[in-house]
Amino acid sequence: MGRRVLITGLSTFWGGRVAQALEEDPDVDVIIGLDTREPTVKLERTEYVRSDENYSILSRIVKATGVDTIAHTFLVVDSTTMSSRAMHEINVIGTMNLFAAASAAGSTVRKVVVKSAALVYGSSPKDPYWFRETDKRVAPAKTRVERSLLEVESYVRDFARDNPHVTLSLLRFCNVVGPDIRTPLTKSLRLPFVPKVAGYDPRFQLVHEDDVVAALLFAIDREVPGIYNVAGDGQIPWSEVMAIAGKRGIPMPPFGIAMATEPLQQFGLVDFAPEIIELLKYGRGIDNRAFKDAGFQYGYTSAGAVEAFVQAMRLRDTVGGDEVNYRYEEDVEKFFRHSPAVQRDQPAT
Amino acid sequence: MADEDARDEPNSPRTATAEIVPLHLPPVADDPEADPLPDPRPGDVDEWGRSERVRGWVRKAYDPMYRNWFRAEWEGLEKIPTEGGALLVANHAGAIPSDAPTIMHGVEVELQRPVYGLADHFFKSAPVVGTLWSRTGGVVAHPDNAYRLLHDQQQLVLVFPEGSKGPGKTYNERYRLRRFGRGGFVEIAMRAGVPIIPIAVVGAEESMPILFKVPSVARALGAPYFPVTANMAFGPLGALVHFPAKFKLRVLDPVTFPDVEPDQPRYSRSRIMDESEAIRQTIQEALFDMLRQRRSVWFG
Repeated sequence: MGRRVLITGLSTFWGGRVAQALEEDPDVDVIIGLDTREPTVKLERTEYVRSDENYSILSRIVKATGVDTIAHTFLVVDSTTMSSRAMHEINVIGTMNLFAAASAAGSTVRKVVVKSAALVYGSSPKDPYWFRETDKRVAPAKTRVERSLLEVESYVRDFARDNPHVTLSLLRFCNVVGPDIRTPLTKSLRLPFVPKVAGYDPRFQLVHEDDVVAALLFAIDREVPGIYNVAGDGQIPWSEVMAIAGKRGIPMPPFGIAMATEPLQQFGLVDFAPEIIELLKYGRGIDNRAFKDAGFQYGYTSAGAVEAFVQAMRLRDTVGGDEVNYRYEEDVEKFFRHSPAVQRDQPAT
Repeated sequence: MADEDARDEPNSPRTATAEIVPLHLPPVADDPEADPLPDPRPGDVDEWGRSERVRGWVRKAYDPMYRNWFRAEWEGLEKIPTEGGALLVANHAGAIPSDAPTIMHGVEVELQRPVYGLADHFFKSAPVVGTLWSRTGGVVAHPDNAYRLLHDQQQLVLVFPEGSKGPGKTYNERYRLRRFGRGGFVEIAMRAGVPIIPIAVVGAEESMPILFKVPSVARALGAPYFPVTANMAFGPLGALVHFPAKFKLRVLDPVTFPDVEPDQPRYSRSRIMDESEAIRQTIQEALFDMLRQRRSVWFG
């Protein structure tokens, strides 16, 4: 019998990518994707289930489908995309319900992979230059996204302690760049002038979006219990990131950025979350050696990831956007998946 | 102004990964055959924020100061290893410490080896200053940073165990060593399995003597201390310029710990404190000896 995988956050960038990759895997029998919104990528055999944002129907789904693996990719790490309340519902309450369902009596879940972020380490001048998985953050968490991720991780730990028979992998990713992902960082690198903080040139560590998907699949496919940092090799100063992108910086005042940019934020021209301002001042590095020792191989270094992103952007600017024009049509998807008229044994055309 | 934090951190267990489920994975070595990934770097800033190019400019600018102003004179420079990690430990003085650049410059020029200077995070948090400080080889004093530099990268690391208590002394306390923190530097050297090389520095105390301190200003600035120096008598620029005191640096015998295993999660506290105190004593005695032989503050 093949694997039965449940993906949370199917409509997020990561959920969609992981689902697409799992569809290629003949060992995976069933893929169920849960999200509040419809999938944003074309999927062949993944079953989409609409849920409310905090997954109250999750325990029913787990029981009904007998999934053995959960990929928790729904966590919000970009606080500029939604309100504090919505983020709390998705991250904290969603994770709580997820683990409640996964640890219910008779649960068939044997593996959980959680996509967290290096944000949990924070960014402060007192930090070590390379955070290891065992390190605690130095400065107390002040921003809401960091606090919510720390709360999520405490649920993860509790779950791992209570369910020793479940393989739990918690992956902390550093800032992601790539052709398709939209993050505050990639957005600012596409601006005519890239924001920087005057007088600071912090060390940045980046990871390519393909490496992120590969890392999630690696954890789904293999047995890698524990916490792992996922980040490209090397740290490069922000000025070099801009140099690779061929962009000039626009300096922001080192003090009172929030106040200074307030008028711009009002008009939605820029959106600087406090955790991003801290990062632009002090940077952050995470030690990626443990995950490499577990056998994972990266495709890009930090600088290589930026370069790949920049090249993809150049191509896009020249030959036009390859914006995916996919719309999820429930009737059509249902028809292809479930109609007796469709011959499923034949190779898809 | 230097390493104090290196010993403010409790021992963290040095396991490869944080276990949330007790299961041990055999470490898989990196495939040496594998092609290195392309790494298109336009600059030369290393992972510690140090840039050899910037360092080169600073060396060029600072060399006349080193040779003609402080006229630094070394003794026993051959005791600093030309390869492998080592922790350089020195006494610290002068309101704006002049010993750190002198030692770093001297070792780099004479031995052609980079030196990373551990210092308080106070530097890193300041705009412009923090960036320049990193580019020229300053690293935040954190045990993890020190371990990675010494053990994983086999570099020379300079640390001032007195921390900001050293340069914060007033003139009448000159050449009397402060407490060597909590001996964190000894612990790092033990863990990294590298020798400690004590250096006694004479001259820094007189290059910028502190007459008295103003604690209220220090508090307002968030600085470790706010000094009123003799140099300030020469106007606002004088506050930043050192007196041309003659610098003499004596490298003392390396201290090794052959009986101590590296990479232990914990080391004997009493052993650490004993070693730390012994090193402090050695430097103190060397200082007294050098001062006995010194005829002039300005000419040595």
